[in-house]
Amino acid sequence: MGKYYDMLAKDVRLREGLKACMNCGICTGVCPAAEFYNYDPRQIIVTVQSRDDEAIEALMKSNTIWYCGECMSCRPRCPRGNTPGYVIQALRTLSQRLGFFVESEKGRQQLAIKRTIGQHILDRGYCISPRLVDPAMHPEQGPVWRWVRDNDTEVFGKFTPNYGKPGAGPVREIDPETLDEIRRIFEVTGGNEMYDAIERHSDRKAREMGFDGANDDYFREVYRYNSNTHN
Amino acid sequence: MQKRYSWKEFQKEIADDHYFYVRSCIRQNFFPGSEQAFLNIMRGDLGKDVFEDARHTSCTGIGYHSDIVPLETIMTVVARQFALMTEAGYENLTSSCITSFGIYTEILETWREFPETLERTRESLYKATGRTFEIPKNVSHNSDVIFHNREQIAAQAKLKLVNALTGEPLRVVEHIGCHYAKIFPSKGIGGSEFPYVLAGMVESWGGEVVDYPERRHCCGFGFRNYLVQSNRGYSVANSRKKFESMAPYKPDFIVCNCPGCTMFLDKWQYTLAEMEGSTYGPDGRGIPVLTYEEMAGLVLGYDPWALGMQMHQVDVEPLLDKMGVDYDPSSKYLGKKGKFIGAPEVATVNCSAVDKFYRIKR
Repeated sequence: MGKYYDMLAKDVRLREGLKACMNCGICTGVCPAAEFYNYDPRQIIVTVQSRDDEAIEALMKSNTIWYCGECMSCRPRCPRGNTPGYVIQALRTLSQRLGFFVESEKGRQQLAIKRTIGQHILDRGYCISPRLVDPAMHPEQGPVWRWVRDNDTEVFGKFTPNYGKPGAGPVREIDPETLDEIRRIFEVTGGNEMYDAIERHSDRKAREMGFDGANDDYFREVYRYNSNTHN
Repeated sequence: MQKRYSWKEFQKEIADDHYFYVRSCIRQNFFPGSEQAFLNIMRGDLGKDVFEDARHTSCTGIGYHSDIVPLETIMTVVARQFALMTEAGYENLTSSCITSFGIYTEILETWREFPETLERTRESLYKATGRTFEIPKNVSHNSDVIFHNREQIAAQAKLKLVNALTGEPLRVVEHIGCHYAKIFPSKGIGGSEFPYVLAGMVESWGGEVVDYPERRHCCGFGFRNYLVQSNRGYSVANSRKKFESMAPYKPDFIVCNCPGCTMFLDKWQYTLAEMEGSTYGPDGRGIPVLTYEEMAGLVLGYDPWALGMQMHQVDVEPLLDKMGVDYDPSSKYLGKKGKFIGAPEVATVNCSAVDKFYRIKR
C-alpha cells in the first residue's frame, strides 16, 4: 500500500498539486475535458489520495489520465489549493516510465507526439515548423495554411531574410552548436531516457497488437484511431 | 477600500526597458508578422532596447505539456535561455508565447519553493553546456510590455478602434489564454478572473470590451488533444462553445494574447463552417481574429499585409473597412519581391466579391 504514491511523491508537481482534497468537484465543474469526455478530475484526486496501489496502477493504465488538456483551469479555482493538472502530469510521467501508458488507446498516442513534436525539438530547436504542419495531417488548418505552405519562402520571406537559414528571426535555422547543447541537456536530464521509454514500450505493445514493431503503420494507428468510447 | 486593496493584488511589475526577447514556436510559424511588429513597435515607435540572441530555442513547452519532455529537462532548457540572457548582460526576459510565459513563471516559483530543483538545474546546465545563469529580475509576456506602453501608443495612434462610419467603439472579444494567469494569477494583469491585459489596450485605443459568459473558457488547444489527430474533437468543441457564447454579442473582432489561441479561434471557424455549416460573424462569414501586435499595429498605422494578416483563415477586410484602414486590397497576396503568388482557395468563412461592402479583391 502506497508504493505508487511514494513514487509519485518524488515529483514536486504532486507535492505542490495535492494537499487534502475535500471532493467538492469545482475542478470538474470548470474542466474543459470533463465537458467533452466522460471524465472527472475529482475522481483522479480521490484515487491518488487513497494511496491504493491497485487503483493507482489501474489509473495509470487507463485512458482517464490522458483526457486532461493541461489548461490548468482547475488550479485557481480549488478552495484547498490543489492542482489536479499537476497530479495528472505526475501520473503521466510515471505511467510512461513504468510502461503502463501503452495499455490504453489514449496513452499509446504518446508515441505519435514523441515522433512529431519530440523529434522536432531535437532536430530543429523548436516544437514545430511549417514543414511539420502538413495539410494532409492537419486538414483543419484550411486553405490559407495550404497556401502558406505552398509558397513558404515567399510568404515568410516578407517578414525575415533568414527563413530556414542561420541568423536571428522567425523560423530560422538553429545553429549546430545550439542543437548539440539541447541534445546534451536531454541526455543529462532524462529527456532521452523518457523518449527511449516511449519507443521501447510502444514497440513491445505494437508487437502484442500484431504490428511488426512500432513502425509507421503503428504510428498511423495511434495517431488516427478513435474507438469513440470516450464521451 | 477593500476593493482597491484587492485590485492591487492583480497588478504586476513590468520592466520599462532593456528586454531579452524569446520567440514562440506557434507565433513565429503562424504569425511571423506579429513577432516582427512587436520588435518594430518596441524599437521604432517606442524607442526601447530589445535584444534577440539567435541561439535561443523553444522552451519545449508544447512537449512538456504533452508530457513527453520531463520537468528536469524543460527546467534546464529554460535555464539555458537565462544563461544566454545573463551572458548578454540583460535581466528582463520578455516572451512571445503564453505557454512559455507560464513555464517561466512556474519554473521560477518551483525553484523558489523547492530550492533543491534549482541546484540540480544549475548542475545539469553546467554539465551539458558549461553555462551558468542568473535568475531574471523581471519576466513578462510581450503583451504585458505593450499594455505597459498602451497610453504612449494611444498618443501616437493614427487610428482608433472605432467604426469610422458611425463613430461607435468597435466591440471586441478578448481572450487572454489559460496559461497567462490561471497558473499564477498574480503574474497576470487582472489575474485569471478579471483579465485586463488586452482589455486595457482595447479601452485605451477606443474600443469596447465584450463581456460574454464563456470569456474565461479555454480555446480548446489542450496540447495532446490537438496534437493527435483523433483527439481534435476536444479542441474544436471547446472553441465552438466560446463562439456560440460570444456570437450573440456581435463582436467586430476577437483579439488574443496567446499565439495558440489566436490560431485555433481563427482556424476552427473554418473547420466548423465546413463540418456543420456554422458561422459566427456577419453575413455568414467569420469573426476576424487578431493578435494584440496586429491590433497595436493597425492603431499605429502599419500596413495589414506587413503585419501578416493575409495568413489568417478568416478575412480581416471587414474590420479594416470598419476602422477606415488605408490599405491596398490587391496587395494581399504579393510575395517578398512584390510579385503576385496566387491566392488561397476561398472557403465559407471568407468574404467574396458578392459581399456587399467589403473592398476585398481576389
